[in-house]
Amino acid sequence: MYRLVPSVCSYCGTGCGVLFEVLDGQLLKTLPLKTHPVNQGKLCIKGWNLHEFVNSRMRLQSPLLKVNGRFHDVTWNRALQFTAEKLKGIIEKYGPDSVGVLVSAKITNEENYLLQKFARAVVGTNNVDHCARL
Amino acid sequence: MTNSIAEIEDAACVFIIGSNTSTSHPLIARRVLRAKEKGAKLLVADPRAIQMSHFADVAVNQRLGSDVALLNGMMHLILKNGWEDRDFIKARTEGFEELKETVAAYTPQRVQEISGVSPADLEKMSEIYATRRPATLLYTMGITQHTTGVDNVKSVCNLAMLTGNVGVASSGVNPLRGQNNVQGACDMGGLPNVFPGYQQVANPEANAKFTKAWGRPLPDKPGRTLPDMITAMSEGKLKALYVIGENPKLSDPDANHLKHAFNNLELLIVQDLFLSETAQGAHVVLPAASSAEKDGTFTNTERRCMRLRQAIKPLGNCLPDWEIASRLATAMGYPMSYRNAEEIFREMAALTPSYAGMSYERLGIDGLHWPCPTADHPGTKFLHPVQFTRGLGKFHAVQYQDPRELPDAEYPYYLTTGRMFAHYHTGTMTRVSPALDREQPTGYVEINPQDAFKLKVREGEVLVISSPRGRIEAPAKISPEMLPGNLFLPIHFGENPTNVLTNSEALDPLAKIPEFKVSKARVEKLVE
Repeated sequence: MYRLVPSVCSYCGTGCGVLFEVLDGQLLKTLPLKTHPVNQGKLCIKGWNLHEFVNSRMRLQSPLLKVNGRFHDVTWNRALQFTAEKLKGIIEKYGPDSVGVLVSAKITNEENYLLQKFARAVVGTNNVDHCARL
Repeated sequence: MTNSIAEIEDAACVFIIGSNTSTSHPLIARRVLRAKEKGAKLLVADPRAIQMSHFADVAVNQRLGSDVALLNGMMHLILKNGWEDRDFIKARTEGFEELKETVAAYTPQRVQEISGVSPADLEKMSEIYATRRPATLLYTMGITQHTTGVDNVKSVCNLAMLTGNVGVASSGVNPLRGQNNVQGACDMGGLPNVFPGYQQVANPEANAKFTKAWGRPLPDKPGRTLPDMITAMSEGKLKALYVIGENPKLSDPDANHLKHAFNNLELLIVQDLFLSETAQGAHVVLPAASSAEKDGTFTNTERRCMRLRQAIKPLGNCLPDWEIASRLATAMGYPMSYRNAEEIFREMAALTPSYAGMSYERLGIDGLHWPCPTADHPGTKFLHPVQFTRGLGKFHAVQYQDPRELPDAEYPYYLTTGRMFAHYHTGTMTRVSPALDREQPTGYVEINPQDAFKLKVREGEVLVISSPRGRIEAPAKISPEMLPGNLFLPIHFGENPTNVLTNSEALDPLAKIPEFKVSKARVEKLVE
């Protein structure tokens, strides 16, 4: 099945409208969205190649846990259990302000909202920041 | 941005300062060229002769870090010639007398001594900016990444208010955001002192509101900024760091100092698409879905909140970041059970006044500009038409200060950093892209032809660049875009890690932004 899915470029802050060209569940190409108020059917070199990093063979595909200095593929349950237990231990021992959370200028609003909520309500710290200054 | 991107086209003057627009924001540069076609004048002030300088009516190369002097000098001439907007100053601002007193000392001769900009160019720039209205002002990290970053921003605001270029279509003070959702990350409370919608954590009312919504008592003391977290890590006070979609080991200043800080952590959690330099040092790595693999919203530099839609299934076992966060919170004993991104958006919008009128349905394809407080509000294209957030706009009289480091006998060069057109940040996304890698496969150090001649170095030969923090090697790119005595290094390459050289101690006292744009450095030809 062939689909065109409207979305937004995830490189710089301009926010150009793109169309992802999808065939049978594979991301083929990125096209500029002709009617978009920001980019009016144009894209820069990064935007035209937006699909390439998505399809990269370098992408991570499984949670990794480091044992004796080497990474091993583990299940989500194992990775999250390990993380939750370690975090809880550190919070108990040193207090919530011994934890920092770096949210991201690359992820969605919903995710930023949830991650700062995680820091403030679940961990109990305002040590929340991101790469805005970089 | 106070104004929106499309408005740039209809400005009568565009003033670009500290932004390599055609490289870092090509589709905004397009609007600037459109404005030129429609008759606008273009002013470009940048320490390098960038591509936009070639299109400019007046282009100047101010010395690195001299922006306050340059802007005060412009205001000096505007007041001297009576080009200021007296009605705007009277009705909309306060603190004008102090500003007037301060800029009186910035005569064209003094500005030339500090910045190297000639009195004739300064006069032309001042006249064009003040008399061709509406004038829009665009800037990026060339203004902010300084120990005087806040002073620089105050100065551009002073200039815009002095000439009445705020609150009107096609005018304004317009920082161009460098990352797709840096605006959104700030709006959503991704900062140590605020909840979503810039509601202060220390404000008892706001704190009570979120405590009630989230069902847990919340800390009311502002937390640590990223640079403060790194200091706390090296002092052993911060034990665990959860890093999402970010590569601080390459992007933050003074990489050697940073390595030591990260080694002190008892727990480093990294959530990313790639095994970045930072992820390699993690205890646990959580694989995230890319933006083509999930739903959600981004807010761009003009405050336009737009939807992204899932195009394909997440790769392998990847999960969207919101789902990872929900599962981790649940594992920590705080159940979160969102069925989709839209549910989270609704919860956020109900707590965030500037987003309160938005819904996925209303956003459609084009999105909406915040503030959008109610379901029938059309969104806000430009800010401050009648009054500023605080009421009257305040002039902040600012004195020029030298950058933290100036060249000396041991380190005689100025070093500055920035982006290349085909790459993005630490290169995790662009360097794995075959088309982009083919365009610009390696890093370099850009150097003026005279300096290259002195060093007897040819194009592509390896130079060793050192600063008090460390040394790196990079091939020479000889370029007349650089002023003599200045070096430029791009930030994208792990094999020429620019931030080995930058200074983590030179921060703006208020914004805590590192002075990436000015370091002192020495450069020599590599002796094999």
